[in-house]
Amino acid sequence: MTDSVLNARADARARGGQTSDWMPYLPASSSPYRPAGSEALTWAETVAPGGYTHKVLARGTRIRFDDPTGDACAHVIVYNALEPVERLNVADTVKIPWQAYLGAGHPLLSGDGRVLATIVEDTSGHHDAFCGTSTEAWNQQKYGDARPEGPSPAGRSLFVKAAAKHGLTPRDLPPSVSFFQGIQVDADGTFVWQGSAGEGTSVELLAELPLLILVANVPHPLDPRPEYAAGPLRVHAWRTAPTGPDDDRFHATPEAHRAYLNTIDYAEARGL
Amino acid sequence: MTSSVPVGATSAPGSPLDWSEPLVPGEVVLDERVAPNASWSAVVRAGHVLTIVDVGGNQSGDCLIYNAADTEERYSVPDTLAWQGNAYVRTGTVLRSNLGNPLMTVVGNEIDRQDTIGGACSKESNTLRYGHHVMFHHGCRENFLSEGQKHGLGLRDLVSNLNWFMNVPVEADGALGIVDGMSAPGKRVAVRPDTDVLVLVSNCPQMNNPCNDFNPTPLRMIVVRP
Ligand SMILES: [Zn+2]
Repeated sequence: MTDSVLNARADARARGGQTSDWMPYLPASSSPYRPAGSEALTWAETVAPGGYTHKVLARGTRIRFDDPTGDACAHVIVYNALEPVERLNVADTVKIPWQAYLGAGHPLLSGDGRVLATIVEDTSGHHDAFCGTSTEAWNQQKYGDARPEGPSPAGRSLFVKAAAKHGLTPRDLPPSVSFFQGIQVDADGTFVWQGSAGEGTSVELLAELPLLILVANVPHPLDPRPEYAAGPLRVHAWRTAPTGPDDDRFHATPEAHRAYLNTIDYAEARGL
Repeated sequence: MTSSVPVGATSAPGSPLDWSEPLVPGEVVLDERVAPNASWSAVVRAGHVLTIVDVGGNQSGDCLIYNAADTEERYSVPDTLAWQGNAYVRTGTVLRSNLGNPLMTVVGNEIDRQDTIGGACSKESNTLRYGHHVMFHHGCRENFLSEGQKHGLGLRDLVSNLNWFMNVPVEADGALGIVDGMSAPGKRVAVRPDTDVLVLVSNCPQMNNPCNDFNPTPLRMIVVRP
């Protein structure tokens, strides 16, 4: 009965307290999927297939992505939350470490010579920094439908919405990286589909600066399956410390060392 | 003029130069020289053809492309690579936008492959790659900012770019990096706009890696109406 305000209110309130397969968990500590070894959770969510999420996170936050089915693909863009004009630079992210394939220890670099986040754990090893995410043009030709509200949304459409919720526009969407579905490059430059490492893998990022993170959970553009093959993505985050001189990765390479020095220099000058 | 400014990049006197000619014949509508370390931009009309000449050989021409009618639509490395399924730019490569639309097509190319993975150099990334003692060197990102502001573009509009005449192989284990170039004085690439485009070019001033043979030399930009 919704024929009066009182009845409508009662009807609406009766809908509360339920669960779905894809939802944020509040407080985050109530997550039914809390990762072993995590500290007090500050973010807990299951992102739907074809869904997206976004969050502003404190420096030192550890972010864990889990792919429970082997069909998640987490497309990610990160920004310095204090100055979002500082953002993921995929070219520097592969060029400066002299390595195109993402894995544990790999920094996600901005164009300003700093580390926005570090990949600190990785049990998948199947990722991609070449192909970015899907566009409406791509999904239209691949699936016959690319409506942002439809059954086969493009990653870019989801990034547009997530960015807008932080006052950002399509000008603010640089190329992204993706986790859980891999490609490799053969001698001729051809991309060879690697796909998933299987169900139950995880990737953990460490926020080295205050971070705005956008996540779109859509099929990798080169996924050869004709159907829109996507699975749920679990996200959990908790507070730890950013990379510092006591961590091996701080000294692992001369390039990473100077990148962390630049990052800490910025943080200290800003009083973070 | 005497000056105490540490400009950084210098060109070796007596470097061999070959100014060449358009790769595609036609009526010349624009013909400009880009000095070492400098930036350049122009609107190139659909159907015209832009030839870029590597006048001194192995000189990286860092390049960004925008839809001239709406610069929010701009060159996209991942869309270009994903649509063609290959990491390198060669003859026939369609340079796509962030919407997946064709912006330009490579219609002529005199070196084995062109780079679009290596990105642009900058003062900031130079400190990671080579040390803080090179922070004063000029970089392509700075050129893109100076040139882009003439068209209302800023840092938000800088995305991963093309590097004409630069060589960035990806090895079997994922190792990648800028290595000695495969170009030579007078080698050319020709690109034909699929729509009216704004092209920004930085004649790379980098002096810490082989993207310009450690010897910055000029580029020649020629637009013809075929
Ligand atoms: Zn450069």
